[in-house]
Amino acid sequence: MSATRGSVRHYLRVRAPAARIWPYIGDPTRLPEWFPGITECVVEGMQRTITTEMGLSMVETLLTNDPLQHRFQYRITSGIFREHLSTLDVLDLGDGTSVVEYSCDADPAPLALMIAGGALDGLRALQRLVEEE
Amino acid sequence: MGRKILFVTTDQQRYDTLGCNGGILSRTPVVDGLAAQGIRYERALPQSVVCMPSRATMITGQHPSTHGVWMNGVPLPVDAPSVAATLHEAGYRTALVGKAHFEPYFDAFGRFLENTLSRVGTTPPDGTHRGFEHLELATHGVMGNLHYARWIRENHPEMVGQFYATVDADLQVNAAGGGDTGAPQVKVNQVPREWYHTDWVADRTIAWLDSLGADEDWFCWMSFPDPHHPWDPPQSEMGRVNWRDVDLPAGYPESASEREALLDAKPRHWRLWYEGSLVSNYEAPPAWVPATLTPDQVREVNARNAVEVELIDEALGRVLRAISARGWDEDLDVIFTTDHGELQGDFGLLFKGPYHVDALMRLPLIWRPAPSAAVAPAVVSRPVGLVDLAPTFCAIAGVATPSTFEGTALPTDPRSERDPVLTEWDSALFGVDVHLRTITHGDLVCTTYLPGTVHDGSEGELYSLADDPLQRENRFDDRSLRARRDELVDEMRALRPPETSPRRPLIAPV
Repeated sequence: MSATRGSVRHYLRVRAPAARIWPYIGDPTRLPEWFPGITECVVEGMQRTITTEMGLSMVETLLTNDPLQHRFQYRITSGIFREHLSTLDVLDLGDGTSVVEYSCDADPAPLALMIAGGALDGLRALQRLVEEE
Repeated sequence: MGRKILFVTTDQQRYDTLGCNGGILSRTPVVDGLAAQGIRYERALPQSVVCMPSRATMITGQHPSTHGVWMNGVPLPVDAPSVAATLHEAGYRTALVGKAHFEPYFDAFGRFLENTLSRVGTTPPDGTHRGFEHLELATHGVMGNLHYARWIRENHPEMVGQFYATVDADLQVNAAGGGDTGAPQVKVNQVPREWYHTDWVADRTIAWLDSLGADEDWFCWMSFPDPHHPWDPPQSEMGRVNWRDVDLPAGYPESASEREALLDAKPRHWRLWYEGSLVSNYEAPPAWVPATLTPDQVREVNARNAVEVELIDEALGRVLRAISARGWDEDLDVIFTTDHGELQGDFGLLFKGPYHVDALMRLPLIWRPAPSAAVAPAVVSRPVGLVDLAPTFCAIAGVATPSTFEGTALPTDPRSERDPVLTEWDSALFGVDVHLRTITHGDLVCTTYLPGTVHDGSEGELYSLADDPLQRENRFDDRSLRARRDELVDEMRALRPPETSPRRPLIAPV
């Protein structure tokens, strides 16, 4: 473990089975539908480039997109990240609800808080979107 | 026509930096004059010793455990109670000029209005934000997207590099040293005084006041970012205080062995931070080790801090003259305070953290009631809290205090009975957590610790302010005070509001 690396996790429960949630996550072009503050999202092969409300551009490499495990992982490769890995998991609880979890590991550590903090708003928006469908 | 309210806050200012409080380093004739005409509080306490929770207490009138901003990086909900909203609903015009910090600065996705408003102006899209119809924001320097940073970049771009970079390339609080002594967060800044944020805040306050009708009532929160680090005031003003002539503060033990003995008598995190083996919070540079702090660095930081305090005093004087020119003197209430203190050399430490001692807890607080209210000048020695500010504003305005407010309007009579004051600290950052609960009752300050990374929950601190004004002797385990200590702990538990549950998520470093 590096002293400069941070690991942050947020999760919430959604009143929907994983199958209803997964399309928003598994399709990387749909990110702006549920992640607030993203003004542009371009996907080319395994690369996604997003632009944020603050005008920041982030280039991401898509690593995992597993519709069976409901796991999506990506790395931000631009900016001041020495290392980054974000993981989205959808865990179907079998009772018509799911837990959606976003975890972010980053070096420098403050970036983990910042990215995961933004993603928490995304999880909340995703929850509203799916539950109001 | 009712009373007008000028609420003046600084950031991270110690009690002993004002002349009226016995300070000798900086000249503060304007605030001293307000104190002479009004009420000077000798034991005003924050409910948290860091910015966001403390500022959230000021606006909500609630303790951190109620408003839920338990550490920096936790945003105050937009619909949280706001005294500005209460006053606005009562017909007051409302503005916040300077440092807000109810919302995190680190905001890559532009989720918070504080960080996005400067692109569109000074009026929130919904008409008000937290009850303020006008926000013109600044912080320490020129990073970010607040109004002052944008103004400097657009009008004086050559000055951007003059300011200290508050965070480093890793987005950590910067440890880089400067000045004559290499002290952290010190930099020579050639920005002309009139472009520095202190004067900018005063300029923008005056401009807003000038936009108001003569008969309108108003509440203006003028919030100076200084004297919070970085210590980079305009170099043109540094001749006011020669750091080489500055005496070391009474709270700074010059001998390392004495410092270390004092720290060792306190809970473990004091010594661990001092020697650089535990960084529990984001508010101090993690790459800086307090044990390396030299006496000359303490002198230089204190000199620079004193210059910043003087500039604030002069800026306030300018605003008061502008208010006077509008003919509002008789109905003007001025309240001057800060959000928390600064260690500034005490115990060999700088900055702030989970340390509930006077350096961080004893705050300047002056209330100059409107002359039309005919309140006799006084000095109040009993403890009061920043949680009492919001009810005070309501009382001044003659509006009912919302039931959500937890404080009580500040006393003007030194004999008034008051409840003890509570202060709390919680931090949980990258695997390190620290939790303090403190009660100040009369001359006693008692802190208990909850279990955390380096505490098992049995630790505590107890200081008798009358016998030990520098809080050198921790008497938590003193048998002769045990019964009183236990009473204080019981009293604290009885007075504490229930904690917000679940705890609001931490979503940014600051």
